[in-house]
Amino acid sequence: MLQLPIYLDHSATTPCDPRVVDAMLPYFTKNFGNAASRNHPFGWAAEEAVDYAREQVAKLVGCDPKEIIFTSGATESDNLALKGVFEMYASKGNHIITCNIEHKAVLDTCKHIEKEGGEVTYLKATENGLIDLAELEAAIKPTTILIAIMYANNEIGTVMPVKEISAIAKKHNVLFFTDATQAVGKIPVNVMSDGIDLMAFSAHKLYGPKGVGALYVRRKNPRVKVTAQIDGGGHERGMRSGTLNVTGIVGFGKACEICMNEMEEETKKLSVLRDKLQNALLKIEESYLNGDKDHKLPHVTNISFKYVEGEGLMMGFNKNIAVSSGSACTSASLEPSYVLKALGLGDDLAHSSLRFGLGRFTTEEQIDYTIEQVTNTVNKLREMSPLWEMFKEGIDLDTVEWAHH
Amino acid sequence: MAYSDKVIDHYHNPKNVGTLDKSKNNVGTGLVGAPECGDVMRLQIEVDEVSGVIKDAKFKTFGCGSAIASSSLATEWLKGKSVDEAAKIDNMDIVEELNLPPVKIHCSVLAEDAIKAAINDYRKKNGLEELKFNESVVH
Repeated sequence: MLQLPIYLDHSATTPCDPRVVDAMLPYFTKNFGNAASRNHPFGWAAEEAVDYAREQVAKLVGCDPKEIIFTSGATESDNLALKGVFEMYASKGNHIITCNIEHKAVLDTCKHIEKEGGEVTYLKATENGLIDLAELEAAIKPTTILIAIMYANNEIGTVMPVKEISAIAKKHNVLFFTDATQAVGKIPVNVMSDGIDLMAFSAHKLYGPKGVGALYVRRKNPRVKVTAQIDGGGHERGMRSGTLNVTGIVGFGKACEICMNEMEEETKKLSVLRDKLQNALLKIEESYLNGDKDHKLPHVTNISFKYVEGEGLMMGFNKNIAVSSGSACTSASLEPSYVLKALGLGDDLAHSSLRFGLGRFTTEEQIDYTIEQVTNTVNKLREMSPLWEMFKEGIDLDTVEWAHH
Repeated sequence: MAYSDKVIDHYHNPKNVGTLDKSKNNVGTGLVGAPECGDVMRLQIEVDEVSGVIKDAKFKTFGCGSAIASSSLATEWLKGKSVDEAAKIDNMDIVEELNLPPVKIHCSVLAEDAIKAAINDYRKKNGLEELKFNESVVH
């Protein structure tokens, strides 16, 4: 029996794996100690659990456990990496290079840095959602201290050419930070072979709990330092004060271990299901894939259905299927997704987009149901759409003079 | 954001979806909004030439559920009204009937504008002066 509702919004968050919850439970009650309490068994048990989790997390991304700084999540890690490097390397320079389809946690932090006297170059993403490496290299100048480019995009799932970016960074002696929130646990990410100096990621995107994340900070070749953004007891090698979220960290560790063991098989299964969904939906007339069709995460697809509005489309099935839309009819600004617009999509296509994020517990039956529901709703709404009627009559919508609101 | 039951009902069972023959003299058509704003509404009225009463109304809307519901409701209200009465339909009546939240008020404004545009199209076709409407308060 198909259980409803179906969750296909795994790029927003994932459910905790039950094995993760099992690992966490004792740390709420029995082993509740403060990991910084060095003088009694309660503290020792907590510290031991954190150490073990740090190893599990480090193993997934190929680093030394000492290089993992636990935080409250990827947003905090992004802030710490960007502001921390900006402050620590102020004597070297003040220039940061990023990209216009980064997550808001990166873009807004960069805006903040600009107000503090930093200079930021926002590279324009190409129309398939990648960056132009020649443009990146050309943007580097003597004052450049950091390149901040995401590993995989949260809206369209494209995977950036990380190895090539890190090679350019290394060549010019510039640090490379990547927000890998959407990639870690989904595809192989290895800070050594990828040449990453700082990396943000989060537990709740990989079947761990919300409220815990990490910043990887390289300790060798080069030794990277960041200025702490939260002052206090000097936890996490002085880079992030605050009592450790022991239960969250234990869950994060367990979630990473499961990803480590199961990623390969899971990726295979998910890419088959994703391809089935994507191919079926692209068979609908006037539907378009957003982002690069090859360089992308195995579990994500983003499709625009021209002449129907995304939020209206979701309403046709959102009691039964959870997805997200690039439309922003609910926001006061009425601006559609800045990511899709940055790729050069017209507002009409940006308003018509849906993002599907498959996950560990997605089944083929759910995908079949989703294909049927989305197709039917698109067809139904097109029957109701004046734009579809005009399109079918051969009217070029770009030549129509619209009464702008 | 949760939709009201009335919005959901109009969305799933829209009233009067369709197209009237815009070449007819007694049909008025209003097309408002723009694709890049995420809302386009087309509302049409067919006026009984003898009585001056709107005998049919149809809509097609590209937009969110609230935009679809606003136009569906508008067509229901238009039928059976005289053109003059129809001109008095206020967007806030639609807001109230559909229980639209503040972020969706623009959908009702669009429906009101579509009604006015359809009425003026009808008047123009029939040699009548176009009505001047005050700018809607909320845009």
